[in-house]
Amino acid sequence: MEDEPGDRPQAHTVRLELVDEPGELLRALEPIANNGGNLLSIFHERGSLTPRGHIPVEVDLECHPSRFPGIIDALRDAGVNVIRVDREHYGEQVTILLIGDLIETDLSDTLTRIESNASTSVVDLSLSGQNGTDDVSSARMRLAAETGNVIGALDAVREIASEKDLRVVEPLVGEP
Amino acid sequence: MGAGAVGRSVAELAGEYGHTVVALADSAGSVVDDGGVDVAQALDNKDTVGSVGEADPSDALGAAYDVLVEATPTTLGDAHPGFEHVRAALETDRHVVLANKGPVAERYDDVMALADESAGDVRFEATVGGAIPAIATIEGLGAETVTAARGVLNGTANFILTRMAAEGLGYEHVLAEAQDLGVAEADPTFDVEGTDAALKCAILANVLHGGGYSLEDVSVEGITGIPGSALDMAAEDGRTVRLIGEVREDGSVRVGPRLVPENDTLAVSGTMNIVQFETEHAGRLNISGRGAGGPETATAVLADVGRLE
Repeated sequence: MEDEPGDRPQAHTVRLELVDEPGELLRALEPIANNGGNLLSIFHERGSLTPRGHIPVEVDLECHPSRFPGIIDALRDAGVNVIRVDREHYGEQVTILLIGDLIETDLSDTLTRIESNASTSVVDLSLSGQNGTDDVSSARMRLAAETGNVIGALDAVREIASEKDLRVVEPLVGEP
Repeated sequence: MGAGAVGRSVAELAGEYGHTVVALADSAGSVVDDGGVDVAQALDNKDTVGSVGEADPSDALGAAYDVLVEATPTTLGDAHPGFEHVRAALETDRHVVLANKGPVAERYDDVMALADESAGDVRFEATVGGAIPAIATIEGLGAETVTAARGVLNGTANFILTRMAAEGLGYEHVLAEAQDLGVAEADPTFDVEGTDAALKCAILANVLHGGGYSLEDVSVEGITGIPGSALDMAAEDGRTVRLIGEVREDGSVRVGPRLVPENDTLAVSGTMNIVQFETEHAGRLNISGRGAGGPETATAVLADVGRLE
C-alpha cells in the first residue's frame, strides 16, 4: 500500500505503561504492527516502576506520518495506557558542554553511559573540530530528562566526566 | 589603611562626602593629622617616594578617627593584616568599613564576635560587586526573605569570556590582551581560578545564612582551560558561558563556568558584574553595575560610612 508521494516514514517514540502480567507486552505491540507501524526497538525498563506500580516500556517505531494518529488510537482502544508520545514525555531539557579529549575517551561510550540512566536521553549532539594544537575538543549536548530528574541526570554526567577527565559546563538549573 | 586604587579613591572622595581623612597608611608608612591629612600631598608622596608618609604604618591606628576604612589587599586564611586592623578598631569602639574581602570571607564569625563586644559596627558593602549595593539590598529586604543569590562577580573573568565569545579568540590571547588593558593583573590566578568570586560568594552566604562560611566551604572551578571551541559550540545554540557564583537555597555555595542563554540577564558583558537575588515573596531582583575600580568601589565604601551616621 502506497501513501502519498513525498511522505517518508518518520520515527516516533511512544511510552507505554503496562500491568505486570503475562502477555501484556504482546497485547501492546499488536495494535502498532496491525496499523502500519514498523517496530524499531522496545525498551523494557525492568526494575523501574511508574508511580502506579506499572512497568514503563518505551517503543521506537517508524510509520508514515498519516498512520501515526491511528496507531495511538488503536493502542488506547486496546486499553493500553499511552503515557507520552514522542519527546514530550521528557519534561525537561538541558544543554551542557563537554570539554576535553572527547575522542580518545570514547565519545560513544560516554553517550551510552549518560543514556544508561533510564530517565535521561541525549536528544542532540554537536561536536567541534579539534584545535590542532592539542586534543581538546568541545561538544554541546541537549539532554532530556523526566521532570524532576534533571539534577540527577547532571550528577550522573558529572560523575562520568570526572572519571574520563572531561570538563562539564552545566546550565543553571534547580532554581525557581 | 591601604593606599591602592580603592584606598586612594576613598581618600580623594572623602571630602566630597563631608568626611575628613585624619590618617592614611600604606604598607610602608603613614601620615596622621587630626586636623585633616593633605590627601593630594600624601598620594603625591606615594607616587614619588613610595609611601604616603614617614610615620610607621601602625601609627594610623592611633589617630583620632571615627571610622577605619580597611582597604589593604585581600589575603586568605587568617586574613592578616586586615583582620588585626579590624580588631584594633573594634576593641577601641570604632566603626570599620571594609573593602578588603579577607576578614569577612575567611573570618566572618570572628569579626562579628568582635563587633558584638564593641560599640563600633562593621560594614562591608564594597567587598561584593564593587559599586553594586548587594549587601544593602539584602539588609533592606531582610536576609531571611532572600532565598538564593547568584551572579557574575568577577569582571576580569567576565571580560575574558566575553572577548573569547565575541572574537573567537583563544584564552591565552585574550588574557594577554586583558593584562595589557589593565583589566587583568600580571598574576591573574585569583580572578581566573574563581577565588575572587568564591570569596564574594562566601561573604554573601555569611550575610544570608548568619555566618559560618569561608573559602573552603565554596566549591570552586575557574575558567582556565575553557577552549574557544566551547564558546563556539555554546554560541551556535544561542548560549554563552559565564563564571557564575551561587549561594543556593540549601546553603551550598558554588562558583564555576555555566552555560546561560546569550540574552539572559546574567550574561553581562565585559567587566560588568551582576547580582541576582531570589526572594520569598517578590520573585527575582537583578542589580548590575561596575564591579571593580577605584572610584566605583570607593563609592560603596563611602556609602557604608554614610550608613554609620
